[in-house]
This record gives sequence, structure tokens and C-alpha cells, in this order.
Amino acid sequence: MTALRDIASILPLRVEGLSFEAEGKRLLDAVSFTIPRGGVTAVIGPNGAGKSLALRLCHGLLAPSAGGVRWRQAPGGGASGRHAMVFQRPVMLRRSALGNILHAVKAAGGPQPAARAVVALERFGLDALAHRPARLMSGGEQQRLAIARAWALAPELMFLDEPSSHLDPGATRQIEEIVASLAAEGMTIVMTTHDLGQARRLAARILFLNRGRLVEDAPAAAFFSRPATAEARSFIAGELLW
Amino acid sequence: MDVANAFSAAFGLIFGLDPQFMQIVGLSLRVTLAAVLLAALIGMPLGALLAIARFPGRSAVIVVVNGLMGLPPVVAGLMVFLLLSRSGALGGLGLLFTPTAMIVAQTLLVLPIVIALTRSTIEELWREYREHLTSLGMTGLRAVPTLLWDGRFALATGLLAGFGRASAEVGAVLIVGGNIAGHTRTMTTSIALETSKGDLPLALGLGVVLMALTVAINAAAYGASRAGARFAG
Repeated sequence: MTALRDIASILPLRVEGLSFEAEGKRLLDAVSFTIPRGGVTAVIGPNGAGKSLALRLCHGLLAPSAGGVRWRQAPGGGASGRHAMVFQRPVMLRRSALGNILHAVKAAGGPQPAARAVVALERFGLDALAHRPARLMSGGEQQRLAIARAWALAPELMFLDEPSSHLDPGATRQIEEIVASLAAEGMTIVMTTHDLGQARRLAARILFLNRGRLVEDAPAAAFFSRPATAEARSFIAGELLW
Repeated sequence: MDVANAFSAAFGLIFGLDPQFMQIVGLSLRVTLAAVLLAALIGMPLGALLAIARFPGRSAVIVVVNGLMGLPPVVAGLMVFLLLSRSGALGGLGLLFTPTAMIVAQTLLVLPIVIALTRSTIEELWREYREHLTSLGMTGLRAVPTLLWDGRFALATGLLAGFGRASAEVGAVLIVGGNIAGHTRTMTTSIALETSKGDLPLALGLGVVLMALTVAINAAAYGASRAGARFAG
């Protein structure tokens, strides 16, 4: 199984000269980086730096204006693409928790969708809520469900866009534990966050974006202890960057 | 005959299950239900497509469809009449003055309502779901079943509105059905005819049934929106 995964791995992901323009404005400017297998990479930076945009381009929700996103193996389209995304505001279908996961699993295809959906609910402690309408669950439960739904697709890499920005501290801690356990199980994680503490706690590597440019790409420990640029220093110090 | 006597005779017809009376009620329901079903089958996919497709002239199509929600029933009847009359494009089918013609005319009346309400419901859902469904590889037509299912409560309300419009109209079924006794006579056309003839009990009895139907439709629509709020949040 491991050998099979090895052959079929979509990683590393190579992003080269990735640029995106909208209405004449360059929102992402020639960003290049590589995501190898395993580990948590945090994309950080001030509001409007292009963090979420970079994730959407990598996941294929948007087409770049220039440059490109290259997976080692062409992952194919959509849910069969072996990389999944969890959005800042979880998109909850008007169905039960189980129904939400089942919908995604069926979209991806493959055998025994119902059994796989149940396993996903159990894995994230949501089995008691299986038949609860998803939109009536709490914010933390919805985010956990969104992660369970992405996990049920058995992705090799999961993109998480500000997974806890709208959650209270307790739910945030739960989400962080989930991210850490997914990484420990070998899933590759690329997440954006505006919470430097969260980036410190979870990430092994930091991509620091500012105004659409990739300013630093460094191991987390090095980035936080000796940032290489003035921009990163003032961002860590909590100054506003313009 | 005074009005009080007319009322008691009307209730006699309703509760006595008078065969002629039941035949009229049955035909009305059959025609309108068939029209709503047809309009749903055609209109819901079209409305969903209109919600997510982007093409030149889309705004114009939306405005026209919204405008057609107010299509006068007599005009719809006239259009179907011209189509089905002996010299019309489909005259050879011999459908004029049959229940089938009435179903076609009412479908034409209900269709714009179904398309317009589906379009607005699905457009709103699509805005919310687009990124998630795209992430799952469900773009374009593949997204439509999910969107229709998740819009089910709002869509049910739309269908009930269409049912209300079709069951209450006179003009279209009168023109293409011809109000033939025992064949194409509906509740609304009978009320118009019997009132002018002075047969108040039959007209009143049908009026009571029609009112009850309207109340029932509104109760169902209210129930659908309540269920939607409870389940979909």
C-alpha cells in the first residue's frame, strides 16, 4: 500500500511564478515554492496579502494569470484530485452531517460510500450528530464536519483556509489538535492563518506573504527567531504592514 | 332561490358526493396536477441552468421569464388555441377541446413561475456552494442535482404557487377546453357558466371547494417553509 502510494503520489507540488490579476490589479505576483510530502506549512501575512488566493489557485478553484501549479502526478479533476480544501466559513449543505459527508464521498466515487462516511464521522467524534442538520450545528462542529468531509475523500494534501478564525478558543484548540493529528498520520497540510501563535504551534514551515509577494520561505523556528526581512520582523512584532 | 337555500343545496352537493360535481372537481385536479408536474419537470432543470450558466443575453432571458409570470391566462389560452386549431402548427393532432389541450395551456402558465423561482433559489444556493462543489469536481450540469435537492423546500413553495395559479384561472382552460359538459368542464369554468345560468348551488359548491383548495395550498406552502427553516437552518 505504501509503495503504491509512493508511485501514485501527487507530491511534491511545485508552484512557479504564480500570478493572479483581477481588474488590472496584481493580487499575487510571481510566487514560487515547493510543497514536499508531509508536514504542516503555514501561509501567513497581513490581510490582503494573497494567502487565501494562493490556496485557491493551488487547489484549482481559480486559474492563474501567469505561472502555474504543477503536481508530480496530474491528480485529475475534482474530488478524485487527491487534494481537498476546507474553507474559512464551512460550506454546509442543507442535509444532515452524515448527508454532507455522503454527498462528497459519492462525488468522488469509489466503493462503499456509506461505510466510508460513517468512518469519517467516527474519526472526528461526530457520530452522535450524524443525523443533525449540518446548518444547525455549532461553528466548531461545522468546521470539524468540514474537515471530516475533506478527510473522507482520502486526500494526500489538505488545504485549510483560516480553519479557526471564527471559532472560540475551545473550538480552536480542537481544530488545532485535529490538524496536528492529521499531520502525524502523514497527511500533508497547507493552511493559512492570521494567528501567529497557531502558526508557531502547528507549522514546521512558514510561507510569509505580503502584498501579493512571497517575502520569506523558512522553517518555522528560524522564521520566528530570526526573520530575514524587515517586513517579517515588523509583522511578527505586530506592526501593520502597508 | 335565495342565497341561504343555495348554500344548503351547495353543501348537499359537496357532502352528497354528487357524481356530476365530483367529475368536475376530479377533472380540475387532474388537469392542474398534470400541468404542475410537467412544468416542474421542464422548468426546474431550465431554471437551475439559467441560474448557473453565463451566456450573452442571460439578463434579457431572466427579465422575459419574470415578465411571463404575469402572462394573462386568456393570452396563454389564445396561444395554445392557435397552435392546436385545425390550421395551427399542431392542428393535425386533434387536441383542441380536450383535457390534454387544457394541460398544455396551464403548463404554459405555470412554467414561468417554476423557472423564475427555481432560478432565484438556485442562484442563491450556487453563490454559497460554488467553491465547495467546484472543489468536489461538480461544476456546470453536475452541480444541478445537488442544488435542486438542497433547494427542495423553496422549490416546493414555488410549485405550490404554480398550482394555486393554475387551479384558479378560467381563461386558458375555457378557450382551449371549450367548457364541454362531462368532458372539459372545470371548477372555474363551471362557476362562470352556472352563475350566468342562475344555477347557484353548483357554482357555490364549486366555489367552496376551490376556496378550501386555496387554503390547503397555502397551508402546505407555509408548512414547507417551516420545515425548511427547521431542517436547513
